[in-house]
Amino acid sequence: MCLAIPMKVEKVEGNPDDFTQNQIATVNMNGIGREVRLDVVDRWPEIGDYVIVHAGFAIHSLVEEEAKKNIELIRELASHMPEEMLIAGDD
Amino acid sequence: MKHLDEYRDKALVKPLVAELARSVSKPVRLMEVCGTHTMAIFRNGVRSILPEGMEIVSGPGCPVCVTSASHMDAFIAMAEMAGVRVTIFGDLFRVPGSNGSLAQASSRGAKIDIVYSPMDALDIARNNPEDMVVFLGVGFETTTPAIGATILTAQREHIDNFCVFSTHKVIPGPLELLMQDPDLKINALLCPGHVSAIIGAGAYQPFVDKFGLSCVVAGFEPADLLNGLILLARQVSENNPRVENIYPRAVSWKGNGRAISMVNEIFEPVDMEWRGLGVLPLSGLAIKEKYAHFDAQKRLDITIKKSGEAKGCLCGQILTGKTIPPQCPLFDKRCTPANPIGPCMVSSEGTCAAYHKYGRDD
Repeated sequence: MCLAIPMKVEKVEGNPDDFTQNQIATVNMNGIGREVRLDVVDRWPEIGDYVIVHAGFAIHSLVEEEAKKNIELIRELASHMPEEMLIAGDD
Repeated sequence: MKHLDEYRDKALVKPLVAELARSVSKPVRLMEVCGTHTMAIFRNGVRSILPEGMEIVSGPGCPVCVTSASHMDAFIAMAEMAGVRVTIFGDLFRVPGSNGSLAQASSRGAKIDIVYSPMDALDIARNNPEDMVVFLGVGFETTTPAIGATILTAQREHIDNFCVFSTHKVIPGPLELLMQDPDLKINALLCPGHVSAIIGAGAYQPFVDKFGLSCVVAGFEPADLLNGLILLARQVSENNPRVENIYPRAVSWKGNGRAISMVNEIFEPVDMEWRGLGVLPLSGLAIKEKYAHFDAQKRLDITIKKSGEAKGCLCGQILTGKTIPPQCPLFDKRCTPANPIGPCMVSSEGTCAAYHKYGRDD
């Protein structure tokens, strides 16, 4: 099962080019610190970035603005709807 | 959790539902090939708000479900070998082979551990030096890089009693087969979210060029899904098929280069058997000779014998979008989550499990 929630990076161990050392980030998940592997992350994250995790491995990292940009796109799409559509189907 | 709340915002979702209804002007027959999409579509009631003219068909997106009975039988036989301890992702535990499941083997005394990450399997190997610890590699492009990284770690740390039984699969092969199927008539593809994070949105361009397929990469939240459906409907209506990526917070055009390099270092393409689709050329990944020491099939001399599927089970047809679960004579009668006959009822991402849990809707 894929989890789409980006998790905030609080600590980074190792470096992207040295595979002889552990490559691990500590992320915040529901307020609990958890270790995820960085072996196959697309871009090495900085502290404060976000990562998307699959089976204990970060597969993608993004800066906070990127996450927000996506939300804005969706909002923009919604703002183009006529007003009556916005209340249609209200339950 | 702030981000998640915004994607689920009701005020955001309602206008999208209305926009979807306006966007469908030509019939859209859409396939999704991602177990997480299957569940998200049901859980959020997306099927119940689909406008007339739009249909969603679930394809072979659940990695446990597409694991053949032949492979399940080989897994079970291996789990029962003396000195072997197998480690698995949880969904595999209750999947039936042609003669019982790993769960039944476990009750007979086979050593089977359920893990969350393949790295956990490595810990189990460290802690059980007397056992050969085998990780049963089941999964698509998203999972394979993690398995590769685990193999490299085992090599680096000289963990000798660890190996992987690779039945890893790649998604484009079966998709190509299904898109050529004249009975299916799929004209739009909701591209899998995290498979695409690895292979990149660009991997779908050949499907646009070859089949005129409309492709949108989308995430798993309601706003993600609805946006995906709207864009697919517009592409079909405007007869303008192309690849659009509305999940840029996880997916780029080129994909994850580090993960792809990891996979290419350790694995090579092989012909692979899929449940419901048979053996598809170069649709699987085997461990390269260079890493044969970590290949369970070689270490333990495993041969895979051809096994048949359970009698009457239509998982094969359900996985390929040709049948829906209520049309299966076993569905919710002999086959239930408590007593599953086919893998689509076992896996939390299976189409039958989704229909059982969330009702038929359609």
